[in-house]
Amino acid sequence: MIQKPRKDRYWDPYIAGALLGVLLFLTFFLTGHGLGSSGGVNRILVAIEDVVVPRHVDTTPYLAAMAGGDRDPLNHWIVWQVAGILVGGFVSGWLRGRVRLETRHGPRITPRTRWLMAFIGGALMGYGARMARGCTSGQALSGGAVLSAGSWAFMLAVFAGGYLLAWFVRRLWQPAGDN
Amino acid sequence: MAPWELGTELGEVASWIVYLMIGFAFGFILESAGFGDSRRLAAQFYWRDLTVLKVMFTAILVAAVLIFWSTALGWLDYDEVWVNPTYVWPGILGGLIMGAGFIVGGFCPGTSLVGAATLKLDAIWFVAGTAVGILGFGESVSLFNDFWHSGSLGRLTLQDWFNLPTGVVILGLASIGVLLFWVGDNVRRWIYGGSGDE
Repeated sequence: MIQKPRKDRYWDPYIAGALLGVLLFLTFFLTGHGLGSSGGVNRILVAIEDVVVPRHVDTTPYLAAMAGGDRDPLNHWIVWQVAGILVGGFVSGWLRGRVRLETRHGPRITPRTRWLMAFIGGALMGYGARMARGCTSGQALSGGAVLSAGSWAFMLAVFAGGYLLAWFVRRLWQPAGDN
Repeated sequence: MAPWELGTELGEVASWIVYLMIGFAFGFILESAGFGDSRRLAAQFYWRDLTVLKVMFTAILVAAVLIFWSTALGWLDYDEVWVNPTYVWPGILGGLIMGAGFIVGGFCPGTSLVGAATLKLDAIWFVAGTAVGILGFGESVSLFNDFWHSGSLGRLTLQDWFNLPTGVVILGLASIGVLLFWVGDNVRRWIYGGSGDE
């Protein structure tokens, strides 16, 4: 299951980008909408909530829109597409010997610190993505390609947020001596 | 003419398989580009590695050109294509929060799935955090519903907003992209020396 370490060799970014662009176009062409990620995770979570606290789901409008009454939150294209992401990511990693139980972290922090920061960052990301009605996939990539004004404003905001905070958290990622 | 109602055209099960295949290709490309590694993603914000910018901007431009070419040729009905509706303020605030989450957590939702699929423990913690954030939003959105719908401009495209032909907008974006790649590569060389991305 767990593979031996090997030097990571990734695709050229322009080639990967061009292939992703073709895939994004095909998705729009075939289905009328783009790619997504956080929306699928959202629906999986709502499905769990619907089992644990069905009454609460029915009385919260945001959740009821997905899972109220007889609605099945999993009966939606994005759930299948997110399942595909997991399989595709695994197969790609497996073919290149990158499926390894490990923690990728900056040189100045321990794996434990990295896990805590990943959890906090993930929580911010999940909250922000739902507020913005989509994440890097559903808003930036997909909305960007169909030239949605809001998606471009969103994309600028994501990069602005990252660059503004990067200096303050440089200890998490940068080697000692680099700013 | 495209796009099609996949569920009606193919039946439910076949349409799920198509979505599974689309997702498979998406995950495969993200992992192949190195997006399963948080360090590579975070390096974007220190000008150390510009893969995120290069992959995203190239993908957006290629897709945009193909979408508007096929529209011009009459193969695709752009009016039937989903254009993310613009909600100015929640979009910008949500984006800023996500930017913070990106540099603290090292992933975005899609890339963390790919990281988790290749057993990166930090990605698995990130996915757990994402779940908490998403649940938190579902529970709290009723407290600021007005804000969540503020700045609503509906289906607003860049070409409508700037009142320019679509071709000009795409050319403009392509020029900005090439400029950003060039500036980015030079800033990286200036800070760290060397020739290529990490």
